[in-house]
Amino acid sequence: MSSFKIFDIAGSGMSAQSVRLNTVASNLANADSVSGDPNNVYKAKHPIFQAVMGSVAGLGHDQSTAQVSVTGISESQAAPETRYDPGNPLADAQGNVYAPNVNVVEEMADMISASRSYQNDVEVLNTSRDMMLATLKLGQS
Amino acid sequence: MRTSLDNYLGIHPQALQLEAKRNELLAANLANVDTPNYKARDIDFKAALSAASGESNAASSGGSSALTLRNTESSAAGTAAAGGVSATGTGASDGDIDSSTVKYRVPMASALDGNTVDEQLEQSAFAENSVRYQASLQFINSALRDLMTAITGS
Repeated sequence: MSSFKIFDIAGSGMSAQSVRLNTVASNLANADSVSGDPNNVYKAKHPIFQAVMGSVAGLGHDQSTAQVSVTGISESQAAPETRYDPGNPLADAQGNVYAPNVNVVEEMADMISASRSYQNDVEVLNTSRDMMLATLKLGQS
Repeated sequence: MRTSLDNYLGIHPQALQLEAKRNELLAANLANVDTPNYKARDIDFKAALSAASGESNAASSGGSSALTLRNTESSAAGTAAAGGVSATGTGASDGDIDSSTVKYRVPMASALDGNTVDEQLEQSAFAENSVRYQASLQFINSALRDLMTAITGS
């Protein structure tokens, strides 16, 4: 029985959440990156999480824990926001510029959720480490 | 085959092992708090411990367990979600956790993405389980200390 798997699990959660935080940062940073071409405008990115079951075949109890993996980054296919801004140097012939389909409020909520989940994983890691150190001292003193 | 030292330490080594395993499960639940279609799991502690300690009492597995857990079979049949989790476990040796004791949690409120992890519930379960682990550790430790006192006589 490897108790160290708990570090892998919490670590995978942390790396997945930091990927999510990265995409949130990217979306927020580009929330106002307008473009004159609606096909060329920044699209909101979101990571896709998937649970990876313990893969040791034949050992039933190893199937029961799951790490997280980021299987990809999806780009939102929602239409970009059209703004009438003829004074903008990027404006097209109709005087429109196109803003990314980033929902800033949604991204902020996503950021809070990601950072809370990250903190959870850190807490799990710390507690497990303390418990393991206590176990190492079993029988001493 | 149990040695007399195992008998001396009582149920605590098994409990310790089970609590370590349960912590792993709860950590997995917490890590997958945002994973779509992930189904939270937990150990029916009472049943697992009585199975591990060899005193499987039919009456002790039900009833007063505080956790609401559902059998994996009924869960797989009831939810046609694309989670694809099948607990096909065999060959649990003595002291190991039989995969049949790992069960799916019944969600209090279902999420749209098919995830059944309740963050607060898992956090409190994790905290509780950690304390239990440390308690078991303490029990074993003091038993060993008693033994050392008996051996060295000082």
